[in-house]
Amino acid sequence: MKIAVCVKQTIDTEAVITLDADGQVVTDGAALIIDPYAEFAVEKAVQLKEANGGEVVVVTVGTQDDVPAIRHALSMGADRAILIEDANIDTTNPLAKARILAAVLEAEQPDIIMGGYKSGDTGQAQTLPRVAAIMGIPQVGWITGLELEGETALVDHELDDGVERVSVALPALFTAQQGLAEPRYPTVRDIMQSKKKPIDTKDLAAIGIDPSLVGPAAAQVVVKSYALKPEREGGRIVEGDVPDAVAETAGLLASEAKVL
Amino acid sequence: MATIWVFAEYKDGVIGKVTFEAVSEARRLADAQGKTVSVVVFGSNVDDAALAPLAQYGADQVIVVDDPALAEYTVDAYAAALDGLIEAHHPDTIMFVASSTGQDIAPVVAQHQNAGLISEIVAIEDEGGQPVYVRAPYSGKILEKCAFTNNDDLNIVTLRPKAFTIAEPNTSRTATIVREAPAGFGNIRQIVKDVLRVASDRVDLRDAEFIVSGGRGVKGPEGFQVLEQLADELGAAVGASRVAVEQGWIDKQFQVGQTGKIVAPQLYIACGISGSIQHQAGMGQSQCIVAINNDPEADIFRIADYGIVADLFEVVPLMTEEVKKLKA
Repeated sequence: MKIAVCVKQTIDTEAVITLDADGQVVTDGAALIIDPYAEFAVEKAVQLKEANGGEVVVVTVGTQDDVPAIRHALSMGADRAILIEDANIDTTNPLAKARILAAVLEAEQPDIIMGGYKSGDTGQAQTLPRVAAIMGIPQVGWITGLELEGETALVDHELDDGVERVSVALPALFTAQQGLAEPRYPTVRDIMQSKKKPIDTKDLAAIGIDPSLVGPAAAQVVVKSYALKPEREGGRIVEGDVPDAVAETAGLLASEAKVL
Repeated sequence: MATIWVFAEYKDGVIGKVTFEAVSEARRLADAQGKTVSVVVFGSNVDDAALAPLAQYGADQVIVVDDPALAEYTVDAYAAALDGLIEAHHPDTIMFVASSTGQDIAPVVAQHQNAGLISEIVAIEDEGGQPVYVRAPYSGKILEKCAFTNNDDLNIVTLRPKAFTIAEPNTSRTATIVREAPAGFGNIRQIVKDVLRVASDRVDLRDAEFIVSGGRGVKGPEGFQVLEQLADELGAAVGASRVAVEQGWIDKQFQVGQTGKIVAPQLYIACGISGSIQHQAGMGQSQCIVAINNDPEADIFRIADYGIVADLFEVVPLMTEEVKKLKA
């Protein structure tokens, strides 16, 4: 069984975000991590490999700056990685990334393709659904569970009020939601070993993609501006004995906040 | 005439309130741009009576596809039906609710139709007669304004629940109802084996005006019963932090935060929740936040309007009594 996992590197969700003079999000010096949703997918892929044998391939569209996230996936147990790096790629465009990933995955022919249902930073939640649509393979999004039954996957698809259990014939694409698998912490040995695992860096020519299909001209959406959202200001701590503080708070909710 | 479509959330014979937010916003945009609003409803045995409110919030037309194949959501069947409708009617904008299904199907249809997609918008602004869409990425820490490169192409957006206000219903408005049968649903490759819905008598988290939410400090499933008593008194929904869900104390559907639901009630009472960024991403837009936590250093106090530094098991029952008194 071959499983491909699409991995993105993101700014840590809990980090403070700053903008530069041009109003762009500053990544230099920011805490960069493997995207948490992609990490759920990597963990599940490695668990499936451990149980059933096979190979886990990491696929990333990005630059050498993204290698730490790729190494992290390798240290978790993925076997090798493919990094598509080319100055012509508009990495902010999900359609461009989907076209590239689809081309790489068509060549790799995995049984299962996984990744995060969205990323923790830009959260556009559309690259992988587009990949499956381009490849013409079935997909289930927002999965919180995956079991194999021969050439079929049984997955749990999260709904707003519950879970749907869905059966899909492989090959198929699944996007991970929190709950799919609890990512492991790689050991020092895992990290050392990951450094020996291959990262195959390719440009657009190597995967046979016309740069005009993935460059700025292909953009369907343009970002006009970024602004930091004003931080919510904390109010006050209602002091005093607990019964008094509670009574005072309830009173404030009625008289001051006018929500009760 | 150019048309804005809204894809309705329809379940158990009811159109979800989140759909009315989208219809209200579509109406505002349509009026500004001289367009019409059609609402698309998919389901099995769809009752006309359930569709009546759509006109009151601004629909000119309701397009219904009623077929057993649409009884349970599958991305293949829903996308095939929607692709067929789009190719027959050529809407110029489609709005989905950023729900589990809306977010699931929107990118697939966008790819099939070669359309741009802007996800989880929180506002639509006008810039020289062209719409500019506002998103809140990076866990809500950034406001991003974006636009489609070509407003003449089909463009697709998903709307974050509670970000758009519901218009005053106009009971004199009516909409034509059109029932359409697509040629087929193609090869539906997802076979739904089972649907496990966790029944709750409470108001839906996303619709709730009051939410009582619990985190690590709740200590177990029993602790949530204490929160439920306050929720009962307030007519509130019960929410939870990621920790409480991962501990198995409460079902995942009640999780508030980046990987859970994004809510914006009038009042959010956070009990024993530390207030991580990923939790704030889900509840930071609440009108009023009350934090109850015995750790005075908890981050939640930085964003709460009112904080009580004490044990939630002492505070919550007292708060329940205070609410009772206020209501008396």
